Amino acid sequence: MRRAELVMAVIMAIVSISLMWKSAELPIGWIPREGPGGGAFPFWLSAGMLVCCIWIIVRWFRGYFDSYGDTLYMDKETVRVFLTGAVSLTVTIGAIYLVGVYGAIPMLLIFYMKFIGRHTWPLTIALAVAFPVVTFFFFEIALTITLPKGLTEPLFYPLYDIFL
Amino acid sequence: MEVLALLFDGFIVALEPLNFILIVVGVTVGLFIGAMPGLGSVNGVAILLPMTFLVPPTSAVIFLGAIYYGAMYGGAISSIMLGIPGASTAVATTFDGRPMARSGLADQALIAAATASFVGGTISVILFTMFAPPLAEVALRFGAPEEFALMLLAFATFIGLSGDDIPKTFFSILIGLVLSAVGLDIVSGEPRLIFFDIPGFFHGVNFLVLAIGIYGIGEILWTLETNKGEVEVSTLELTLKKFISGFFRLKNAISTMLMGSFLGFFVGILPAAGATPGSLMAYGVAKTMDKNPESFGKGNVKGVAAPEAANNSASTGSMLPMLTLGIPGSPTTAILLGGMVIWGLEPGPRLFTDQTEFVWGLIASLYAANLLALVINLAFIPVFIWVLRVPFTILAPVIFILCIVGGYAPTQDMHDVWLMLLFGVVGYLMRKLDYPMAPAVLAIVLGPLAETSLRQSLIIGKGSPQIFIDRPIAAAIMACAIILFILPLVKLISAKRKKSSSN
Amino acid sequence: MKTIRKMLLTSASLLALAFFSVASVQVAMAEFDPKKPVDFVIMAGKGGGADKMARLMQSIIEKHGLASKPFVPINKPGGSGAEALVHMNNTSGAAKDHTVMVTLNSFYTTPLRQPNLGIDISTFTPVGRMAEDTFLLWVNVDSGIMNVDDFVAAAKAAGDSWIMAGTGKGQEDQLLTDFLNRTYGLNMTYVPYKGGGRVAKELAGNNANSTVNNPSEQLGFYEAGNTRALAAFTGNRLELFPNAPTFGELGNEFIYYMQRSVVGPPGMSAEAAAYYQELFSKVFQTEEWQEYKKSKSLYGDFLTGQALMDYWMNERTIHEAMLKQIGEI
Repeated sequence: MRRAELVMAVIMAIVSISLMWKSAELPIGWIPREGPGGGAFPFWLSAGMLVCCIWIIVRWFRGYFDSYGDTLYMDKETVRVFLTGAVSLTVTIGAIYLVGVYGAIPMLLIFYMKFIGRHTWPLTIALAVAFPVVTFFFFEIALTITLPKGLTEPLFYPLYDIFL
Repeated sequence: MEVLALLFDGFIVALEPLNFILIVVGVTVGLFIGAMPGLGSVNGVAILLPMTFLVPPTSAVIFLGAIYYGAMYGGAISSIMLGIPGASTAVATTFDGRPMARSGLADQALIAAATASFVGGTISVILFTMFAPPLAEVALRFGAPEEFALMLLAFATFIGLSGDDIPKTFFSILIGLVLSAVGLDIVSGEPRLIFFDIPGFFHGVNFLVLAIGIYGIGEILWTLETNKGEVEVSTLELTLKKFISGFFRLKNAISTMLMGSFLGFFVGILPAAGATPGSLMAYGVAKTMDKNPESFGKGNVKGVAAPEAANNSASTGSMLPMLTLGIPGSPTTAILLGGMVIWGLEPGPRLFTDQTEFVWGLIASLYAANLLALVINLAFIPVFIWVLRVPFTILAPVIFILCIVGGYAPTQDMHDVWLMLLFGVVGYLMRKLDYPMAPAVLAIVLGPLAETSLRQSLIIGKGSPQIFIDRPIAAAIMACAIILFILPLVKLISAKRKKSSSN
Repeated sequence: MKTIRKMLLTSASLLALAFFSVASVQVAMAEFDPKKPVDFVIMAGKGGGADKMARLMQSIIEKHGLASKPFVPINKPGGSGAEALVHMNNTSGAAKDHTVMVTLNSFYTTPLRQPNLGIDISTFTPVGRMAEDTFLLWVNVDSGIMNVDDFVAAAKAAGDSWIMAGTGKGQEDQLLTDFLNRTYGLNMTYVPYKGGGRVAKELAGNNANSTVNNPSEQLGFYEAGNTRALAAFTGNRLELFPNAPTFGELGNEFIYYMQRSVVGPPGMSAEAAAYYQELFSKVFQTEEWQEYKKSKSLYGDFLTGQALMDYWMNERTIHEAMLKQIGEI
């Protein structure tokens, strides 16, 4: 936990510096008779972020976080749960490019309900079918918001012909 | 009293069978659209616009107004039940609404939100009816320096929201402000902070992307961790008795609701401000003025009542600059404005005199929509409560999917979905180290308004901040903001002194 | 050689005609019809002039049932339209035939100001020019300014305290402001705001001294007697503002219009292009569109195909010169 504080502060300090560097593409100074330039606002705010990070790092070395002792930032179980969540989401979003939203939704539902929740197959399948169908009618038909479909797009042409 | 007669005529228009049915349907549809994370009144209003060709213009605008109101009510529902603010106006509602739902008081929170919304809506309609023309004049005079002063006031109310850890709170505010600067710099017309030349950054970092990332994905990751993926079922039951006692417990929050309603309305009528700063300021003021400010953020019912009263009040208020000046106060009113143009109604100073039937029909129907939204919302509360009883292994993927779809819908760009995932994961890791996240979300909403108005003011004032003192309205608001900045400091110092003297 | 080709062509077209008239089903197959909802990209934010017009077109299509699939408006205002242009450039597959965009003059200026985007507007598919919006010079009636001479005198006296409100930097309003500054020897301070509606309000609320709004933005305040039109940046006087002379009449001709056009992505199939050109010419001819054009003092006939492309190339050259003059590129 103590180490995590330091690592996070250092990473965020690096983020702040890169934001400052990026902001400096536009003028960051005070333009006479006009006020701050286009990059000034993000530049000086990023500088403020850097100050906050340094503040946290200084505090770290003065022993502010020593009370944490050796508690773990994430134990093995937490890492497992976190990775399950984050990786399954990443895979789902990535899969949208290939199988579209209507392919990715059932994938995620089946993964969670069957392999983590251990729900019965009938319930899992019912939801995995019903959810995309409801989503389609709510978004595409009622609200006419087109969701990405990846390679599955041509399969939807007949549906559009019927419902739109 | 001419106004009352006009309003009465308006009620007759609003209660025509067709219009009444449209209000009921509009409120119900709006409620569900608003309850979806990522979808708000903008979507409902924008998409249903073409459908309204089937009915006369007055009925059409009544229908759209009903959707608007329904969605405003619905925004509170996802804030409370899922902890995801469906729209920027509902951010402040999550602060106390979510803790209440977690400690089994979801019904209380929903009742408080609905009632406060109703109070806010009622008061704003009354204020609207009585003071519309003079208030339009105030809104017209409000220029960039006044707008910046107002933003400063909104930031001042944040101070009350800060967490315990000062550098981490500041870091959170600052990163929110920096993210809000991504995209186009209006003043110089140059794109900025376009990381790796990815075109998705041109439209900036949408508030919803950050909010859904942190509150939606981050929250689920957090919950997954705390219950280790175990199935957790809430056993909250709703009985009629509890329902009624829920109303009675709102007694203490009446003054908070009134404060929120007035504050919300006055912030709402200012062009460009809209309902979000109003609801944040109401929350901040409620906390600062309360005898027991520590209880805020942990499930104080006043923390739900204040922003909900304010955001509903402000959304009626934001109709005022739209109707009288043709300036939309929010994206939703912008679309409504477009609708009026399509129907051949010219918003502007003459609308009130040339189109009395339309204007007062709209106002009366806003009120009718408000009443019906309360009734329909209360009727649906058992359904919303049921959501909490769904096993987490079903709820988690469903919320993930809602986040993905909700992150995609506003801009229809996968870039935003990836960004949302990034914010969710990083936000979760930072939250574990007690970095407060709410200030970042608030900052990203107010940042662009604050920066633009500051720089416009400085150009007008030829680079000198003198302009904020020279203009009376701006100076007055500035003074309030400075007092609000100092007040918590004084409190803190006096509390410390007491502590040291008692030792 | 030529005659042989002509003969061949004629016989081929005759053959085709015969074939199509026999098998009319196949005619329908050969023509383009959208297979999915059409993305209707708007190169500006919600609530602005371009947005309002796009939504009007959408509702006209809907109302008259002109298309078999809905047109779904998507706002992409980012980077003065850079985001929308890149989006159009990057469309692929079926999206190429199912995306059209509503554009304005940032269609020329944004690629000129940001050459690193790699946008060449001559590769885009012309669909139709729906209108040309006009510009006028406006002041608040409280100022007591009645004509351009008064305006020049007052603005000269005020120097750089004279506030000209306009939309983003390097865009239409600033080009016009620059013309006024140059021609009349003024030193007005240009303050950029987000959106023409907001600019109009700043003038009506006396937070700015003058603007160069489109009629549609300023009309409400004008009719209520808050603001006054001094002169028009057009070739002829506008019907709605008979008292505002053109700058040409005043001896300093400056004609500037804002295009309101519909454009398809580069590489749109010829069939799809023909379909959208036909569709938008129908929209143009509807009573609603004509009425809107009249009430908002819009100019311009329907332009399409090569004529529209020629118009764009001409406008691009003009804008390039103007941007160079004010030092933006």
